[in-house]
Amino acid sequence: MALLEARKLYARYGESDVLHGIDLEVAQGSIVALLGANGSGKTTTLRALTGGVRTSGNVLFDDREIAGLPPEAVARLGIAHVPEGRGTLGSFTVRENLSMGAYTIKDGKRSKARYEKLVGYFPWLVDRREQPAGLLSGGEQQMLAIARALMMEPRVILLDEPSLGLAPIIVKRIFEILRTINREDGVTIVIAEQDAAAALALADTAYVLEVGRVAISGPSADLAGNEQLRKSYLGY
Amino acid sequence: MNELAQQIVSGLATGSIYASMALALVLIYRSMGVINFAQGEMAMFSTYLAWQFAQQGMPLWIAFPLTIAIAFAGAVALERVVVRPVERAAPLTVVILCLGLLITFNGLAGWIWGYTVRTFPSPFPTTPLHIGSAAFSSQDLGIIAVSLLSLGAISLFFGKTKLGLAMRAAALYPESSRVLGVRVGWMLALGWGMAAAVGALSGLMVAPVVLLEPNMMQGILVYAFAAAVLGGIDSPVGAVVGGLALGVGLNLIGAYVPVIGTDLQLTTAFGIIIVILLFRPAGLFGRRTMRRV
Ligand SMILES: Nc1ncnc2c1ncn2[C@@H]1O[C@H](COP(=O)(O)OP(=O)(O)OP(=O)(O)O)[C@@H](O)[C@H]1O
Ligand SMILES: [Mg+2]
Repeated sequence: MALLEARKLYARYGESDVLHGIDLEVAQGSIVALLGANGSGKTTTLRALTGGVRTSGNVLFDDREIAGLPPEAVARLGIAHVPEGRGTLGSFTVRENLSMGAYTIKDGKRSKARYEKLVGYFPWLVDRREQPAGLLSGGEQQMLAIARALMMEPRVILLDEPSLGLAPIIVKRIFEILRTINREDGVTIVIAEQDAAAALALADTAYVLEVGRVAISGPSADLAGNEQLRKSYLGY
Repeated sequence: MNELAQQIVSGLATGSIYASMALALVLIYRSMGVINFAQGEMAMFSTYLAWQFAQQGMPLWIAFPLTIAIAFAGAVALERVVVRPVERAAPLTVVILCLGLLITFNGLAGWIWGYTVRTFPSPFPTTPLHIGSAAFSSQDLGIIAVSLLSLGAISLFFGKTKLGLAMRAAALYPESSRVLGVRVGWMLALGWGMAAAVGALSGLMVAPVVLLEPNMMQGILVYAFAAAVLGGIDSPVGAVVGGLALGVGLNLIGAYVPVIGTDLQLTTAFGIIIVILLFRPAGLFGRRTMRRV
C-alpha cells in the first residue's frame, strides 16, 4: 500500500507551471529515488509533497488528502523534509538543532530516548553538542539535518540531494545510515539525488524526472541493470 | 563617590526603561525586519488602561498584571488580524502599517482620555533607601529591579524553553522552522504579544516619572530605538546593554559635563552612538553573519 502518493501533481512558482502532472507512489517502508538533471523538478516535487509551493492535483498520505496544507501541518503528520541546503539553524547549537527537530514531540522522555538512539548512528554529535551548527562541516551538517529530521519520529523522510558537495566516502557513510534507518526503524525514505548510481543502489524504486514530468519509473534494479535506459535517461 | 553612585543608579533606572522598550523593538525587528514605531503608543495605551483600572478602585497589584496580560493578548490579536495580511509584504508597507498604528493608538488615547497630563500612581515607596551614606530613590531601585527581573525571565524563556527556541528559530530561519512543524505565524504573534507586554511594563514604570499623557512614550521610543541600534538591532542582549549604557551615559554627561547642558545632552549622546556605529556597524552585539572560514 502506498504511504505517500501524488496524483497529477502540478506546481508553480509565480505564473508558470514547473511540474506538469507528476504521478508518484511511495510504498510503506520503501526507499524511493527521485532522479533527473538540474532543473528537472526534484526539489519542486519534494516541496509540492510538503506544501512548500503552490500546487494543484492530489497528495495523499495514508489515504488522506494533504495537498494545500502548509509545511508545518505536513510536518506534524509525520513527514520530515530535509530541504535543499539542509535547513541548518546555523547560529543554533547542535543540541538546539536536535531539540528543534523534536519540536512537535511533547513528551520529553521520548525525545531523550530518540536522542540516545541517534547518537548510536552519529556518535560524534555528543562532543559537538554545544557548537554552533553553522560551524560544522558540510557532511556533518547533512548528518545533523538527517538526525534532526529523525528526532521528529517521522513515518517518511524526504531528503533533497544529501550528497551535494560531499566527498564520496562521506556520501557512502550517509547512505549506509539511511539504509539502516529504513531497515531497522522502518522509516520510509524519498531521496532526490544527482548521484544516480548511488541512489539506485540504495533505493527500491526510482523515478526519473525530465522538465517537470516523470520520464520513466520502475524498480531501481531494472534501471541500474539496463545500460540503454541508464544511458538515455541518466547519462552514465 | 556617593554622588557618582547616585547618578549611576538613576541612570540605570531610566536606562532600564529604554532597555525594555529597546528589547520590545528588537523582538519584532528580529522576526519582521522592521521597527514597530507603534511600540511606544501601544505601551502608552496600556498604561492608560492601568490608570483606568486604578481609577475604578482596583489595587495596583491586580491592575498592573492585568494590564500586562491585556497588552499581551491585545497585541497577539492585533498581529493576527491587522499585521498578518502584510506579513510577507515589502518592509516599507509594514512600516507604514506601524505608523498607522502609532497614529491610531495616539488618537484613540486622546479621544478616550483627553490630553490632560495626569499623575500616575507609583507602585514603589517614596522614601529613599539609604545604603551607607548614599541615598537612593526607591523608585529608581524599584524600576531597575522590576526591569532586570523581567528581562532575566525573558532571557531564560528564549534560552531554556522549547517555545522560546522555536520563536528564535521562526524569526531567524522561517523556512527551515516550518518544515520542523513550527507555526511561524503564531510565533510572530507571540513575539508581538511579548513585545507589547514588555512595552506595557516600561510604560507602567515610567508613567509616575514622566506623567501620563498620550505623547508620553514618544521621546522614550527614540531613546529606545537608539539603544537598540547601539546594541545591535537584532540582539536582545544588545538592546538591554544599549539601553542601560544610554541611560547611564546621558545622566553622567548631564551631571559632570555641565558645559553641554541639558539641551545638548541628547545630541551629544547620539553623536557618541554614531561614532560607535562607524566602528561597529552591526552595533555592540549585532550579529555578524556566521561563516565557516
Ligand atoms: N523559487 C523559484 N522560483 C521560480 N522558479 C523556480 C524556483 N525554484 C525552482 N524554479 C524553477 O523550477 C524548475 C525546477 O527546479 P527544481 O529546483 O525543482 O529542480 P531540481 O531538479 O531540484 O534541480 P537541481 O538538481 O539543480 O537542484 C527549474 O526550471 C527552476 O528554474
Ligand atoms: Mg534541487
